[in-house]
Amino acid sequence: MTLLCVYLMAAFGLNLIVGYAGQMSIGQAAFYGIGAYIAGILMVKMGISFWLVLPIAAVACFAIGLALGFPALRVQHHYLAFATLGFNVLVFLVMRNEEQLTGGTFGISNIPRPSLFGWSLDGALPFFYFAFASVIILALVLWWLLRSPWGRAFAALRDNPIRAESTGVNITAYTLLAFAIGAACAGIGGVYLAALVNFIEPGQFHLSVSLMMLLAVIVGGSGRFFGPVLGSVVVILLPEWLRFLQDWYLAIFGFAVIVLMVFLPGGLLSLADRFKARGAAK
Amino acid sequence: MADFLQLIISGTATGAIYALCALGFTLLWQASGTINFAQGEFVMLPAFMMLFFINTAGLPLWLAFLLTCLVAMLLLGYTFKRVIVDPLIRHGVIPMVIATLGLSIGVKQLTKAGVTAQAMPFNSPFPDGLLALGDFKVSYADIGTLLMAGLIVIGLQLFLNRTVTGRAMQAVAQNTDAAKVLGINVQRMVLYVFLINAVLAVVAALLVTPTYLAKFDMGESIGLKAFYAAIIGGFNQTRGALLGGVLVGVLENLTGAYISPAYKEGVALLLFLVVICSRSTRSCRYSSRTTAST
Repeated sequence: MTLLCVYLMAAFGLNLIVGYAGQMSIGQAAFYGIGAYIAGILMVKMGISFWLVLPIAAVACFAIGLALGFPALRVQHHYLAFATLGFNVLVFLVMRNEEQLTGGTFGISNIPRPSLFGWSLDGALPFFYFAFASVIILALVLWWLLRSPWGRAFAALRDNPIRAESTGVNITAYTLLAFAIGAACAGIGGVYLAALVNFIEPGQFHLSVSLMMLLAVIVGGSGRFFGPVLGSVVVILLPEWLRFLQDWYLAIFGFAVIVLMVFLPGGLLSLADRFKARGAAK
Repeated sequence: MADFLQLIISGTATGAIYALCALGFTLLWQASGTINFAQGEFVMLPAFMMLFFINTAGLPLWLAFLLTCLVAMLLLGYTFKRVIVDPLIRHGVIPMVIATLGLSIGVKQLTKAGVTAQAMPFNSPFPDGLLALGDFKVSYADIGTLLMAGLIVIGLQLFLNRTVTGRAMQAVAQNTDAAKVLGINVQRMVLYVFLINAVLAVVAALLVTPTYLAKFDMGESIGLKAFYAAIIGGFNQTRGALLGGVLVGVLENLTGAYISPAYKEGVALLLFLVVICSRSTRSCRYSSRTTAST
C-alpha cells in the first residue's frame, strides 16, 4: 500500500504531462530514479536530512526536466516521447556503470527513514501514514494548480493548441512547465521510494518501469484527476492480489490494454461519461 | 588497423540486422502513421516459431523459415493491421503507441509464461569459422548476414522504385488523399506494407537469433536499437533507416572496444538524443502529419 502511495506521486506527475499537457513521456522512471539516487547519495554518504533532500530532489528534477524538455518540445508530439525514452536508457546506464557514485548493480542500501517532529517513522505503519498524507498533500497542490489559470492553460494546450496560442498562451513555455513539474513530482516520489524500501538499484528505474507507469496513467484515464489512482491500483496492487497468476497476469494485462484502447481510448474512468452520454441520448 | 576494420565489418553486420527492423518501422510509419513499439517482439515471435518448426516439427531450416514467413505475414501483418491498427488509427498516435506497448508486454509475457523463460539456442544458417585474408579475419556469419540483408534491401528498393505496386505504395506514403484520388487502393497498399514488415522481421529473426539466443525478452534491445536507427536515419526515409542501422551497429562495436563495454549502447544513444534535439526544428512535416491523422 505504501508503495502504491509512492508510485502515485510519480503517476500524478505523469498525468500532468500526458493528461493535461497532452505530451507523451516515456521517461518518468528516469526522474523517479534521479530522485531516489539523489536521496540515496545525499542521505547515506553525506548524512543530509530527508527534509532537506526532498526539495533538492524536486528542484533537481525540475531543472533536468527543463533542460531535457526544451529542445524536444520545440516540436510537439512524439519527439518528447523519443527524447524521454533515450534519456531513460541513458540514466539507467549511468546508474549501472558509475559505481563510485551509484554503487553500480549493487545499488545503495541502508537508506534511513525520516523522522517527523521527533517521531520516528521507522515502522511500516507510521511510514504508510506519512506517505499517504504526503501523497494527499501533493494531490491537493496539483489540484490547486490545475484549477489555477496555469492548469486551465495546460488543458487548453491539449485540446486545441492553435486556439490556445491565439488567445495568448505561450505553448512551448506552458508545455515545458507541465513537463518539468511532472518530472519534479517523480523526483519527490523517488525520494519517498528510497526511504521506503531502504535500498535502490538501477533495475527499479528501467525503461519498462516508465512504460508501465505510462500504461497505468492511460488505463486509468489520462486527463482525469483520479485516473492515475485507478491505473496504479491496476498496475501495483492487482498483481499482488493475483499472485497465483504469475507471469500470466502481465500477459493478460498487455492484451487487455489493447482491447481497452480499441473500445475505450479515454481509459477506465471514461466509462462513466460514456454511460452518461448514452443516458442523455435516450 | 586490421582490428579496426574487423570491428567495422562485424558492426556493419549487426547494424544490417537493426536496419532491417528499422526499415519495417519506417515503412509502417510512412504508410499508416503507426509507431510500432512491439517491433522487437515482432522479431522475437518468429524466432520462436522457427524453433518450433525446426525442433518440434523436425523441418529443415529453409522450410521452417518459409513457413514462419507465411505465419508471420498472417499474424504480424494481416491480423495486426485488422485487429489493432485499423480500429485505432482514427484515434491518433498516442492510443496506438499505448496499444502496441500493451501488445509488446502481452506477447513477451505470454511467451515467458506459455513457452519458456529460458534462452533457447538457435543454429546459425551460416557455417562456423573465419575467412582469413592475411591478417584480416571475418566470420562467415558476418559475411552471410551482410549478403542476405543486402540482398533483401536491394530487392525491396527495386520493388518500391521499379514496380507499379511499389510506386503506388510510395504514393500512399507521401500523400494518402492524393493517392486515393488517383485510384490507388490505399488499404491494400497499406496491407502490403504490413506484410513486408512481417517478412523483414522474420529475416531479422533468422539473422539475429544465432547470436542473441531465442528468449522472451530478446525483442527489447532489438526493438530499441531499431528505434534508434530509425530516428537517427530520419524516420521518413527508407535509406535513412539503413544508414541509421549500420551506424548504430558500428558505433556500438567501436565504443565497446575502445571506450568501455559498459557504455556500449551509450554513444549510439547520445547520437540519438542529439539527432532528436537538432532535428526538432526541421520536422514540422511530422506534426502536420499527425494532426491530419488524428
